[in-house]
Amino acid sequence: MHPALSVIAFTTATGAGYGLLVWLGLLAASGVLPASRSFALGGAGLALALITVGLLSSMLHLGRPERAWRAFSQWRSSWLSREGVASVVTYVPACLFAAGWILLERTDGAVAAAGIVAAACAAATVVTTGMIYASLKPVAQWNTPYTMPGYVIYALMSGAVLLNAILQASRTESRAVAWIAFVLIALGWFWKNMTWHHDATLSAPTTLNSATGLGGGEVRSIEWPHSEKNYLLKEMGYRIARKHALKLRMFVHVLAFGIPLAATEIAILSAGWTAGLASVIAALTLIPGLLIERWLFFAEAKHTVTLYYGGWAQ
Amino acid sequence: MTSLPATTDKTLGLVIDLDTCVGCQACVTSCKEWNTGGHMAPLTDLDPYGSEADGVWFNRVHTYEQSTENGSRTVHFPRSCLHCDAPACVTVCPTGASYKRASDGIVLVNEDLCIGCKLCSWACPYGAREFDVAVGVMKKCTLCIDRIYNENLAVEDRVPACVAACPTGARHFGDLGDPDSPVSRLVDERGGVDLMPEMGYRPTNKYLPPRHRSAGAAPDHVSALDPVTAEGGFLGWVDRMLTR
Repeated sequence: MHPALSVIAFTTATGAGYGLLVWLGLLAASGVLPASRSFALGGAGLALALITVGLLSSMLHLGRPERAWRAFSQWRSSWLSREGVASVVTYVPACLFAAGWILLERTDGAVAAAGIVAAACAAATVVTTGMIYASLKPVAQWNTPYTMPGYVIYALMSGAVLLNAILQASRTESRAVAWIAFVLIALGWFWKNMTWHHDATLSAPTTLNSATGLGGGEVRSIEWPHSEKNYLLKEMGYRIARKHALKLRMFVHVLAFGIPLAATEIAILSAGWTAGLASVIAALTLIPGLLIERWLFFAEAKHTVTLYYGGWAQ
Repeated sequence: MTSLPATTDKTLGLVIDLDTCVGCQACVTSCKEWNTGGHMAPLTDLDPYGSEADGVWFNRVHTYEQSTENGSRTVHFPRSCLHCDAPACVTVCPTGASYKRASDGIVLVNEDLCIGCKLCSWACPYGAREFDVAVGVMKKCTLCIDRIYNENLAVEDRVPACVAACPTGARHFGDLGDPDSPVSRLVDERGGVDLMPEMGYRPTNKYLPPRHRSAGAAPDHVSALDPVTAEGGFLGWVDRMLTR
């Protein structure tokens, strides 16, 4: 599948933003986070900024972005529509939570309630994002039980790493948050390995015999209907050289998981500026790492239509 | 609404005969010609006279070779929207632009509602939908709704443009929901099949597999012709005279 930069930026940024919102909502409500205005501005501000920038980026993918509002109508059948509805609904408790925290400098009572509702809505939105891909039967690498939980895990992971960096940068150390980040990075790394291991065992969900109705024997494409690349090949027939995919996977191992895990461990074991620096490094390497992970999520996914062109996007 | 109708009054679709299709592309060009001025117009072409010609087409004819133990054959394979009974392209649509008509089962796009998110094209395993980058919306086969119900056309012309154009009669149009319709009987007689039935989209269009070779057909590997043996009579005399 064609790795569109707008969609990669969208899913990565909203994932981190909603993940951060989940942890802010839950931990503020449980009194772990400082009630100060500056921390609220930094934390909730960053979460809402990431979500908003991500959603605006998703509009760049549309052929007719001025009609985007129509996408809220078909939530009964469409995961994309459900995502649109969930993303807008989440703004209500999220803005109430952020406004209450910033203006009242309190994280209890109504602010805590808004925080918990915002966290639930944010998590639900990430689930809908994952389901958009997980529900597509023609793309074998997406139509697996790994896709949707992956989106949730990477969102919670990037949110926790960001929150830990903000806490450490504002000199409010929290062992609990650092541990949450550490455990989620480890879980994310495990999940990515499991996913890639599973992907390696996948074959095309159908065959060219079945796709052409020509039962029996071997069917081989000997002539395409067009001489140049058409929409189908540009959008669904994206191919990535295996050697490049392996190199990029190594970047994902190192940037999205390896360095953040080691840096977060250093942050847990140390204190003061060492812990602060390590936490910021974890966040700064995690984001490009996840962007590469998301690029590969698209580039390595193969669509059944490529069978008609003589391969499963070899 | 992108929720699917429980039932459709008719199940209009195509039956495509892979035995008689000769790959002439007449259905492809006829489809393009009609539809670039039809319901989903235009079918934009990009760089049509340049080195990277690309454009929107609803019907594409592939060519395959099928090798079996009984020999090999070339099969021309027209590929277009199958107007499925369980079209995921419709249910994934976030705006309601994609819909399946309850009256005749035809799957259509309302271009005024389409936001161009392309998700429907990802949901279709058959590659039936093509995005028009110039207009910013998704386009697809309409089964020529602007021909089949067109009272300005002669009755015999009220068929999809691809069916009207086919010089070998390899394309048939009709109601596949009616078991007694000519197309349904043809599917029964010839053992018509669904494409990718295991994907669960329940396509309406059916494909008739190539017929088995007759016993007298030329085998795959023909040896060189034997030299002519001398004959008697008049022909033998001609042979002897010419050999001199």
